[in-house]
Amino acid sequence: MKKAIHYINQFFGQIGGEDKADFEPEIREGAVGPGLLLNNLLSPEAEVSHTIICGDNFMGSNKEEAITRILNYLADKEFDVFIAGPAFMAGRYGVACGEICKAVKGRFNVPVITSMYVENPGVEMFRKEIYIFPGGNGAVTMRIDVPKMATFAKKILSGETISSAENEGYLPRSIRLEAFKEDAVSGADRAVNMLLKKINGEEFKTEMPMPVIDRVPIATPVKDLSQATIALVNSGGIVPLGNPDRIQSASATKWGKYNITDLDRLQAGEWETIHAGFDPSAANSDPNCIVPLDALKSFENEGKIGRVHEYVYSTVGTGTTQAEASRMGAEIAQQLREANVSAVILTST
Amino acid sequence: MANLVSIAKTVGSNRIVPTISIPYPLGDPNTPKEEQWKLRKHRVEVALDALAQNIEEATIFEVKI
Repeated sequence: MKKAIHYINQFFGQIGGEDKADFEPEIREGAVGPGLLLNNLLSPEAEVSHTIICGDNFMGSNKEEAITRILNYLADKEFDVFIAGPAFMAGRYGVACGEICKAVKGRFNVPVITSMYVENPGVEMFRKEIYIFPGGNGAVTMRIDVPKMATFAKKILSGETISSAENEGYLPRSIRLEAFKEDAVSGADRAVNMLLKKINGEEFKTEMPMPVIDRVPIATPVKDLSQATIALVNSGGIVPLGNPDRIQSASATKWGKYNITDLDRLQAGEWETIHAGFDPSAANSDPNCIVPLDALKSFENEGKIGRVHEYVYSTVGTGTTQAEASRMGAEIAQQLREANVSAVILTST
Repeated sequence: MANLVSIAKTVGSNRIVPTISIPYPLGDPNTPKEEQWKLRKHRVEVALDALAQNIEEATIFEVKI
């Protein structure tokens, strides 16, 4: 029977939530959590022989070490395919799945497969190098996302030829596959047909889609810091105690602005984080570790900068869609422009 | 200022200053307060200098502490 090794994070590995996100990588025999479903679906052709569990923060903050340790665990194992996730909309988990799949593929040259929501940052980072199946944005789609990976894994293991992203369902890897069209209409005919459809205002489907590049223009540098007004913005959910604007702890659609004119630092007990994506104890005992008001104020007092802007802007960046994040960013930027703020330090968590 | 600099770059940030972790970007609670302060002040200064620097492409600025 062929063997699959499965990678999951501390949450799906049933170690714990955010408080266990520093969990160091570990290998276990057999399937764990979503691996049980994967194992059933792979059967009888293959089985999940081992599971790697690693905390998302451990992978995020100690990437080299995490990868080295995991590759060492795998060095003496025989396996035919490596499967990670699904990671859904969880950004750190998605990136971790991408990192480990890429490393395993590079070292052992076995097929690697993962699954995540299309907006997961891991997609843009890794889709060209590994098979990523588009998944749902939450664990409710587990029973849809795992079968997609399992079906594809079985196809690879059986030695079948893998065809295009469109046919197989994985996200395009920007690799052009040379193939004969089944309907045998020549390229010239197809091109003219497309042109005619375009002229007639009908829908047509290009055979050569262009990548959409969403770059942000680089802001011009601040000319004179000593005259500049610097604002603090954060996606770490730092708000006055009690969260007066009721900003959501995850999948935020709201942001808040809070007056800090008379403050030299954010006091514990007066400010807190409402971010549900990490252990809040450090930020609650010293909110300046996310919003560095104390440091920025000291640069104001030293004359390095002109002044600190009178409001701090906060939202929560976990499970937040790119569409909502873009809208909130534009709204905050508009206010900062109207207030003649010169530049912004944005801390993300 | 971000811990996961590769994500920051992917989503289009142009001036990136690394922080030390996700739950406490600018001050490890397991270290003395003075050390946290030094680290935070240094990295915020790197960020300020980054804002005043001309760049041609997305740049990850170097931190010393």
